[in-house]
Amino acid sequence: MALLDEPRPCMVALVKNRIDETFERLARDGRRALIPYITAGDPDLATTGHLLDALAEGGADCIELGVPFSDPMADGPVIQRAMDRALAQGTRLSDVLECARSFRERHPDTPLILFGYLNPIHQMGYATFVERAKASGIDGVLVVDLPIEESAALSEPLDEAGLHVIRLFTPTTTPDRVQRLGQGAGGFAYCVSVAGVTGGSVMASSALRDRVDLIREQADIPVAVGFGIRTPEDAARMADLADGVVVGSALVDEIARRAPVEAPGRIREVIQQFRAAIDGAEIIPLRPQ
Amino acid sequence: MMPVNLTDRATERTLNGPDEHGRFGPYGGRYVSEILMPVLHDLEAAFDAVFQTEAYQDEFRALLAHYVGRPSPLYFAERLTESCGGAQIWLKREDLNHTGAHKVNNCIGQVLLARHMGKKRIIAETGAGQHGVATATVAARFGLPCVVYMGAEDIERQRLNVFRMRLLGAEVRSVKSGSQTLKDAMNEALRDWVSDPRETFYVIGSAAGPHPYPKMVRDLQAVIGQEAREQFLSRLSALPDLLVACVGGGSNAIGLFHPFLEDESVEMVGVEAAGDGLESGRHAAPLSAGRPGVLHGARSYLMQDEDGQITETHSISAGLDYPGVGPEHSLLKDLGRVRYESVTDSEALAGFEALCELEGIIPALETAHAVAWAMTEARRRPSDQRILVNLSGRGDKDTHTVASVRGVEL
Repeated sequence: MALLDEPRPCMVALVKNRIDETFERLARDGRRALIPYITAGDPDLATTGHLLDALAEGGADCIELGVPFSDPMADGPVIQRAMDRALAQGTRLSDVLECARSFRERHPDTPLILFGYLNPIHQMGYATFVERAKASGIDGVLVVDLPIEESAALSEPLDEAGLHVIRLFTPTTTPDRVQRLGQGAGGFAYCVSVAGVTGGSVMASSALRDRVDLIREQADIPVAVGFGIRTPEDAARMADLADGVVVGSALVDEIARRAPVEAPGRIREVIQQFRAAIDGAEIIPLRPQ
Repeated sequence: MMPVNLTDRATERTLNGPDEHGRFGPYGGRYVSEILMPVLHDLEAAFDAVFQTEAYQDEFRALLAHYVGRPSPLYFAERLTESCGGAQIWLKREDLNHTGAHKVNNCIGQVLLARHMGKKRIIAETGAGQHGVATATVAARFGLPCVVYMGAEDIERQRLNVFRMRLLGAEVRSVKSGSQTLKDAMNEALRDWVSDPRETFYVIGSAAGPHPYPKMVRDLQAVIGQEAREQFLSRLSALPDLLVACVGGGSNAIGLFHPFLEDESVEMVGVEAAGDGLESGRHAAPLSAGRPGVLHGARSYLMQDEDGQITETHSISAGLDYPGVGPEHSLLKDLGRVRYESVTDSEALAGFEALCELEGIIPALETAHAVAWAMTEARRRPSDQRILVNLSGRGDKDTHTVASVRGVEL
C-alpha cells in the first residue's frame, strides 16, 4: 500500500512549469508576484469562474483555488465559512477541477494552484487526482494537512506529472526542517507569516525578513509570504521582503459581502489596488539572476 | 471473524505499534499542517524520554492511587448476570475514579508531561464533557490555566459538566461551527494550538489525533487493562473470556484491550454508537459503516461522503458522537483481533436502565452502549463464561438527557 512508503527525498527531476516561468519573468522585470486565493464554489461555481477571470485580468500572477473541505483545521473563520458556503452549494473536487479546466481554456498562461486538505484527494485516489489535475491545467498543489513526512505517496506522482507540491514554511519550522523542506521543493516556498490559522495577525517584519532569508538560503526557489495580509499596504510591506505575496482572507471577505453578480467587479478593483501597491513598493534586488 | 495468529511475527510487530512513523499498519501517521510538525516531534521526544523513567512513573502512579483512587474495583454484577441468565458479567469500575470516568488517567499523564516540558497553558476538546472536566481538574491541581473547547450543541446537552469545568477554574469556549459537536471542538482546539504551540499543551482525550497522541493516550489508559488482568488472575485465577467496551474515539477501549492483545483466548468487542440505526445513516459508527480517510491528523476509519467530506454524526451520547476513531482500532478491526459491533440509542437506554435498576449503578450513556451489547451477548453464552465490561464512566451528567427522553422536566 502506497501509504506505507518510507518518507524519502524526491527522486524525480522537477520539470519547469507555468509557476517557474512566471517567477522567472517577474524576476527579470524586477517585480513581485501577486498570488490571490479564493474558494471554489463560493458563492457558486459559475461566479468562481468569473472571479478567476477578474483576478487574472486584474493583475494576479498566479492563483490559488481553494477546494472546500468540511473540516478546514488550518483555516480561520473567514475561509472556513467560505468552504461551508461552497459545500452547501454541493461543490465537489471534480467540480473544482472542471472549473480549473475551463479557466485554463480562457487563460493559458496564468498558473493555477489547488489549495486544500487531503481527504477529498484521498477519496478520489491519488493517481486519478494527479491525472485529472494535470488534464485540468493545474500547475501546483498545496495540501495543508500533508507534511513532508506523509507526502511521498502524493508528491511523487505529482512530480512525475510536472505539477509542483507547494510547501508551507511556518514560524515553528526549525532550520534543519527548512533545509529538508527546501530540498526538492518546486514552484515557490510558501512562507507563513502568522503563528496560527489563515487571516491571523502577522509576525514582526524583522523576524519575517530573517525567516525569508533563511528559506532563500536553503531552498533554490522564490519565496512568497502569506496568511495575514489584509490590505494593499500590508502587501506592499511584504513585497519588500519576498518574491511574492499571497492574499486570501481579505478577498474572501469581500466576496462574502457582495451579491454574486457584483463580486467579480469588486474583486477586479481590489486586486488592482493590491497590484498597484505591490508594484509601487520600493523594490530592492533580491538575488542575482 | 478471522482468528489472529499471534505467533506470526508481522502480526506481533503490528500489535506492538505504532512504528517509527507513528503508523499502525496503514493507519495513524501525522497528517497536520507544517506548523504542528516540529511541535509533535518535540512532544514525541519528550514522552519517549520521560514515560519510562522511575521519577515519572512514581509521580503518575502516586497520583493515580491517592488522587484518582486507583486501582478501580473489579465488580461482579450478580443481579445483572442473573437477569440475563447466561455468562457472568463483570464490571471494571472506572466510574468510581475521581471525576467519574476513565478520562482522568490520561489527563494526569499528559499534564505531568506538560509540566516536564515547561508548558504554561493547557487546552482540551470535549464532547460529553468528561474529558473537559478531567482536564480542568488536573489543570487546577497543578495551577495551570485551562481552556476547554466544546461544541455548542454539547454545551446544551451537558450543562452539568460545563458548570463543573467553570467551578474548576477552566474557561469553556463554545464552538458554533459545523455540527457543533466533538469534531468541531477538536478543529477549534487545533486552531488554538497552532496559534501558540510553544507555550500551549494540547491534552487530547481520545486515542485519536496525530502521532504520538494515539500511542500516548493508549499507554496512559493501559492502566485499566493492566489492573483488570491482575485482578482477574488474583481473584479468579483465570482471564476473562470476552472484553467489551464502548468506542467513540476509543480511549477506554484501547486502555482495556491493549494489555490483553497477546492473550489469544481473550475475545474483544468494541461497541460503536448506531444512533437511530446503521441503516438510517444517523449514527456514529465509522468502524461498522465508514471507510478509511484522513481527519484530525490521522488516517483511520471515518464517516464521510463519497467526496471525502466528513458527514454529521448522531448519537444520544455526546462522547460517542464523533465521525472518526483512533487509528489502532482501525488496524485491530482489519486484523480481526477486535470485533466492532454497534448499539442504537434505544438499546443503549435499555442498558442504562437495567444497570440502574439491577445494580444501583447509573452509567454514562457512552458506557451504556457496552452494557447493552454485553447483556445481549451474555444471554447467548454459558454461565461459566466471564464477560468483562469496561464501566468507563458514571451517568450523573446524562440525567437531563434521559429525563427528556422520558418526557420529565428537571
